[in-house]
Amino acid sequence: MTDPLPWLIVLPLAWGALAFLLGPGRGGALAIAGLAVQTGLALILAGQVLATGVRVHPVGGWGAPLGIDLAVDGLSAVMLLLTQGVALVLAIYARSYFAGARPEGFWPLLGFLLAALNALFVSADLFNLYVTLELLTLAAVGLVAQGGGAAQASAALRYLLVSLAASGVYLLGVALIYATYGTVSLATLAPLINGDAPLAVWLATGLVGVALLAKTALFPFHFWLPPAHGAAAAPVSALLSALVVKASFYLLLRLWLGVFAPFTVAAGWVLAGLGAAAILWGSWQAIHARRIKLLVAWSTVAQLGYLFLIFPLLGSTALALQAGIMQAVSHGLAKAAMFAAAGIFLKATGRDEVDSLAGVAGRLPLTLFAFALAGVTLMGLPPSGGFLAKWLLIDAALEARLWPLAAVVISGGLLAAVYVFRVLRQAFLLAPDDSHFHPVPRSMEWAAFALAAASVALGLRGVELLQLLAVGRVT
Amino acid sequence: MTPGLLYALAGVALFVLGLGAMLLPGPVLRRILGFNVMGSGAFLVLVGLAQRAGGVDPVPQAMVLTGIVVALAATALALALARRQEQADD
Repeated sequence: MTDPLPWLIVLPLAWGALAFLLGPGRGGALAIAGLAVQTGLALILAGQVLATGVRVHPVGGWGAPLGIDLAVDGLSAVMLLLTQGVALVLAIYARSYFAGARPEGFWPLLGFLLAALNALFVSADLFNLYVTLELLTLAAVGLVAQGGGAAQASAALRYLLVSLAASGVYLLGVALIYATYGTVSLATLAPLINGDAPLAVWLATGLVGVALLAKTALFPFHFWLPPAHGAAAAPVSALLSALVVKASFYLLLRLWLGVFAPFTVAAGWVLAGLGAAAILWGSWQAIHARRIKLLVAWSTVAQLGYLFLIFPLLGSTALALQAGIMQAVSHGLAKAAMFAAAGIFLKATGRDEVDSLAGVAGRLPLTLFAFALAGVTLMGLPPSGGFLAKWLLIDAALEARLWPLAAVVISGGLLAAVYVFRVLRQAFLLAPDDSHFHPVPRSMEWAAFALAAASVALGLRGVELLQLLAVGRVT
Repeated sequence: MTPGLLYALAGVALFVLGLGAMLLPGPVLRRILGFNVMGSGAFLVLVGLAQRAGGVDPVPQAMVLTGIVVALAATALALALARRQEQADD
């Protein structure tokens, strides 16, 4: 049997290019078929990783150092599964969302976006990772610019410039590391780098770290995220918030646990502090947002903060990594559901303000239920995946006797409740007499519901995910 | 001071200039040009520092070639977006 690993990169590139030739109608059907196959491949790959451990694939039969190696461990496998699963459901959603309109570039760019994401999750050297980060940026910016209004173009341009500046800083870091060690392979670098490394390597660590923080939109680098995620079409916002920002977080985590481990003791506190600030500031802005998509986008800023609370704990307990990945996966599912639901509200009411949601409870009960379920995950109520993530995080914090972190987690959950209930309260008000609801395809409502239900069900079936995560872990 | 180090220092200077132009407020075109200057600086550091035993190391050359292709694509996209934004403003 052939290795599924390279196909996860080749397949989306192929259907992306074909979708460009076929046009939106048949291109969309092709994309959904391709994504279904990719989901199967990711499941097979996860099974192989569980059974036999870390998998390495030398591209074209040329191994490192001459060729390029692709590698999959438990962490990569989890991210691959999340990506294919969320993208498949969102593709079904997007096909109905764009029905009637002509989304010229959506399907080809979706293919390129997935190829970049999958390539990033399996890359095993710093330069290859740079290339995949750039490909990801180009595809994501193209998707934000879809729809063609002035707001989209200017949000996309700002997003592009921030991402490019960050990529440049990352590349300079890679150059310094190559100059010192003569290699960019993560596997070769890991034993070479230690606490006595020359100043250039310390500098490189800082540069790469800051670049990835900017790409993950951690406070205070979050400024580009709300306009970009708020202005894009709903399926695009969902993809960006659920998957794209997780890619740079994944990379930071991988480097942190691997090659940069000797430098990270003090920096962990800085990241956790910024994460706490992100939770409070992002939630505050979400509570005050007037437009519903902006509310959801600010909630992403807040939820990303949790991912960084784990960094000072990574060294002392294995719970921290589990908490971080559980948060990344459950937030990915919940936020995709929330943006999908917001897109349905927008289509049905024709307006984007939270205040215009009155009457939604009667007309779109399934969508509102999906929004509420996703909210349950964001607040961290049992039995959702978000609950499991926050439980693990509090457990890890208390084990390390760091009660302030636990306090931040709990207050972040309360703040999330405020902005989720703000939407729900408005939705249950009676509709004014002159209101008019457009019909919405059922497939969109069910797609939003499936994502939200998965984010809650994750809390019940989290053990398998954590088992997969434990395979081939560096620490 | 070796020529390689000289190239690298010039690269760092270009990088800082370009990054400054990108992050400071200014016309969009200047920021896009800043990105290109910054990229060239990073490439110069990559090629300049990676001299192996006086000889030329081919790996960074290949990396820079890849980097130039990526930078070209990014510049094209940025220009297209800037143009669309300008047309929408009119």
